[in-house]
Amino acid sequence: MTIEAERHVLVVFPHPDDEAFGVSGTISSYIEQGTPVTYACLTLGEMGRNLGNPPFATRESLPDIRKQELLASAEAMGLEDLRMMGLRDKTLEFEDDEKMVQLITELIDETNPSLIITFYPNYAVHPDHEATARAVIRAVRRMKDRPKLHCVAFANDTLSGLGKPDIVRDISPVRERKMNSMKAHISQTAWMLEEMEHKLAQGDTETESWLVNERFYTYRWDEDFEESF
Amino acid sequence: MELVEPKKLQTALDAFAGKDVYLHLETTNGAYASHFNEGFFNAGAFIRNVLINFELGKIVGDSPHRVGLKLPYGWVYAQGITHYELDDHGRLLLAGHDASGKLAVALELSETPFAY
Repeated sequence: MTIEAERHVLVVFPHPDDEAFGVSGTISSYIEQGTPVTYACLTLGEMGRNLGNPPFATRESLPDIRKQELLASAEAMGLEDLRMMGLRDKTLEFEDDEKMVQLITELIDETNPSLIITFYPNYAVHPDHEATARAVIRAVRRMKDRPKLHCVAFANDTLSGLGKPDIVRDISPVRERKMNSMKAHISQTAWMLEEMEHKLAQGDTETESWLVNERFYTYRWDEDFEESF
Repeated sequence: MELVEPKKLQTALDAFAGKDVYLHLETTNGAYASHFNEGFFNAGAFIRNVLINFELGKIVGDSPHRVGLKLPYGWVYAQGITHYELDDHGRLLLAGHDASGKLAVALELSETPFAY
């Protein structure tokens, strides 16, 4: 699938590394074709569990490490407009819902995106992912001229609920950038990367396909996840 | 962080007794526990920057250890502590990591509030 021209792409995820596995190739692809991309990362992943054994970090030093990793991932993707929004990991669903919508609305008003990438509500597994998705959909729902919404879904019931993704983007030309984005988040991805690189070295085509194809669902306004908010 | 040495940790705990100290306490299985194992009952708790003053702090048992704080009108305790660190800010950070290095429990004390 060729990548469509966009005015501006706004990516909204809650955790450093949320962009790496499923979206960093798409982000790099837009940047390489000259489309401005803004990535708003709502937290610093302060509650990450992987602290290593022996531990490489403490609960208190982890945010600094993950902030540096996020900056390194942005550099790997070629991303220039990275926003760290200062919320706290694992608390987004407890924030005031209207405040969350306003935070997203301000980002949209400022960047005027023609495409927004976030999680798909009810198919995003982690409570922070769900809260982020809800806030983005609610903010866009209120707009007169809605930008396109491409959503990442990975819940166990995604296939039965949403079917197959309608957008599958081959990001092979920026494969290295994607690998480097994933490697940038090494404190969180080391185990997964080791396993993935082992499979790739064995010529596992399924893993290669997973790596170079990024999958999105166009948000279905005709099956909106809630009546209104 | 280093593996808990009970005597050293006991000395560090004693230094916080009788003072107003900020508490961080969490237990967690991670947000994905019931994604990877659908029958898993995922429970956890999180407390950050609650001010307490304990009269007695005590470490008990072989690793993973249990650490309890006796308050004038109550208790705080954590089970599963394996590692500890007295960090650059004079904060006492206790953690329990599982075999794969994932945090399962944390109990931290500081005379100044922890970062947001």
